[in-house]
Amino acid sequence: MSATTLAPAALEVPRHHAVSRFCRAYAKRPAGLVGLGLLVAFGVLALAAPLFIGDDQLNVIKVDGPQLSPPIDGYPLGTDQAGRSVLLMVIWGARESLSIGIIATVLTVILGSTVGLLAGHYQGWVGKVLMHVTDWFIALPSLPLAISLSAVLGQGAASITIAIAVTSWTATARLVRAQTIAVEARPFIERAKVLGAGNTQIMIRHVLPNVMPLILVSSTLTVASAILSEATLTFLGLGDPTSVTWGSMLQAAFGGGAVTAGAWWYLMPPGIAILIIVLGFTLVGRAVEHVLNPRMVN
Amino acid sequence: MTVSSLTASAPAAKKVKSSGFLPYLGGKLVAAAVSFFVTLVIGFAIFTLMPSDPVRTLTRGRPTSEAQLAQLRIQLGLDDPLWERFLTFVGNTFKGELGYSWQFQQSVSSLVADRLGPTLLLMGTAAALSIAIGLWLGIRSGWRHGSLFDKIASSTSLTLWSVPTFWLGMILLVVFSVGVGPIPSLFPAGGMSEPSLPQEGWTHVVDVARHLVLPCLTMVLVVFAQYVTVMRASIIDEMGSPYLLTARAKGLTDDAVRRRHAVPNALLPSVTMIFMHLGILVSGAITVEAVYSWPGLGYLTYEALKIPDLPLLQGTFIVFSASVIIMNLLADVVYRFLDPRVRAQ
Repeated sequence: MSATTLAPAALEVPRHHAVSRFCRAYAKRPAGLVGLGLLVAFGVLALAAPLFIGDDQLNVIKVDGPQLSPPIDGYPLGTDQAGRSVLLMVIWGARESLSIGIIATVLTVILGSTVGLLAGHYQGWVGKVLMHVTDWFIALPSLPLAISLSAVLGQGAASITIAIAVTSWTATARLVRAQTIAVEARPFIERAKVLGAGNTQIMIRHVLPNVMPLILVSSTLTVASAILSEATLTFLGLGDPTSVTWGSMLQAAFGGGAVTAGAWWYLMPPGIAILIIVLGFTLVGRAVEHVLNPRMVN
Repeated sequence: MTVSSLTASAPAAKKVKSSGFLPYLGGKLVAAAVSFFVTLVIGFAIFTLMPSDPVRTLTRGRPTSEAQLAQLRIQLGLDDPLWERFLTFVGNTFKGELGYSWQFQQSVSSLVADRLGPTLLLMGTAAALSIAIGLWLGIRSGWRHGSLFDKIASSTSLTLWSVPTFWLGMILLVVFSVGVGPIPSLFPAGGMSEPSLPQEGWTHVVDVARHLVLPCLTMVLVVFAQYVTVMRASIIDEMGSPYLLTARAKGLTDDAVRRRHAVPNALLPSVTMIFMHLGILVSGAITVEAVYSWPGLGYLTYEALKIPDLPLLQGTFIVFSASVIIMNLLADVVYRFLDPRVRAQ
């Protein structure tokens, strides 16, 4: 929907102009800037984490802090049952949560765009079959499907990532299909066909660049839901039990009696971290959507 | 499905010739049946073409001889050809047999039947409350979009949407059940009733209601936001319509224009969303029931996951999928009754 207004502009104006105009328009959206700031802050922390967090501080056997202690000197957010600093765990967890979220999104986008592009381009029986498959997957409840998939594939980050991708590609596929149909109705595609461009060339060289902005917007929102799904699946016990992620922290807190002990300092930080990062991606996604599609702004 | 039928109805609206309800229902029923069959195929594929060996999982940690393993394989029908296993699976499902739980040593269907009631109670209460709150807030904030009320309602919904359900549940559990600082323990921490109290009569009802408060609150807080967003968007969509101008020109008050003209039309897209979300709500129950050990289908799934008890997981997957398909079917039927444009196709 948004790219119908975007695409002609992207064609007529040289690309760097379009980019700088986009940046200026984006800078006028305070919510988008807040979201971007949150994401940059978390990204920097996640990347820099190995510089100041060593194995000594996260290894259950090597740590020597007090067990399940409320915030004290040296442990600003308290400790977990093993005596690890909750603050360091949350920072470390950002690495795992962000990378699973982003990898799952990349898989989702590749899968969804391929199906959408093919369904939009080949509108005969291929397109019909692909859209039916998409509709069936939309009708399936995503959490039970993801749970079943990762239970069968076994515990671990890889199976969670696959489960997220398999349950969330449908939205991208529908968007890309609609946009592909819209782009293919335009005269320059006809011109390309007359000049002898084949199916693959039309899809990759002509349609894909025009659909790309839309894919990027929807992927920002996909990251947000992928991070939520990762936390949920890990909490349900499908993640790697040895790794430190936000979901596994909450699982350990729940299973280890932090709730009955009233250990709020252990429960709050991972949840708030998830909240902030999901909110960040959502705000950025919405701001980009607004900039690309001014009609949405009432 | 519904959205496409809606857009398709626009040009046909000129020629109002109502097609029969039965053919329409028949079409939708066939579509739902196909959908359910595909669910069965997917459910079968996931749990059959998996890399792990069910016999090994089943006998994990117990000393078993090769002969016993082979015996078990025959007993579970694992050596039959794939198509035969699929036909048996489909046949059993239609007979209402969903397999045999490894963990409970009981048929999955009877487990599901036991747990259905609590889930429906939790879901029903949570759905009713969140629909009421969500629609009310959505109408208010859409009608005065840009106002302070709208900003607060919209940003609250956005924030709550970003919260992991299970985490919110744990926080509420710590605050209202364990008690933090001056807040005493107000509600029970889990389960559906106190085993020490009588399991019938008025005391039981009050007891269950007390256990229901926190899980229900958790679900409502997470779910109502979606209704706010949808209702707000569809109210804003209707705002520009000429018929509202006509209504105002007749001299109706702002309230009457909203209640009698804008809301009924704006409700239409929301109804579809509500039914679609009801299906999603059922699976949202998994985490909430896990946190509060609410003895429903979600908690059953959580218990199955720990083993993992694959037949039980497969059974709950099919039940959840079937409930989503039924909700979508209901959405299509209800929509037809509500929107004359769909009838005129």
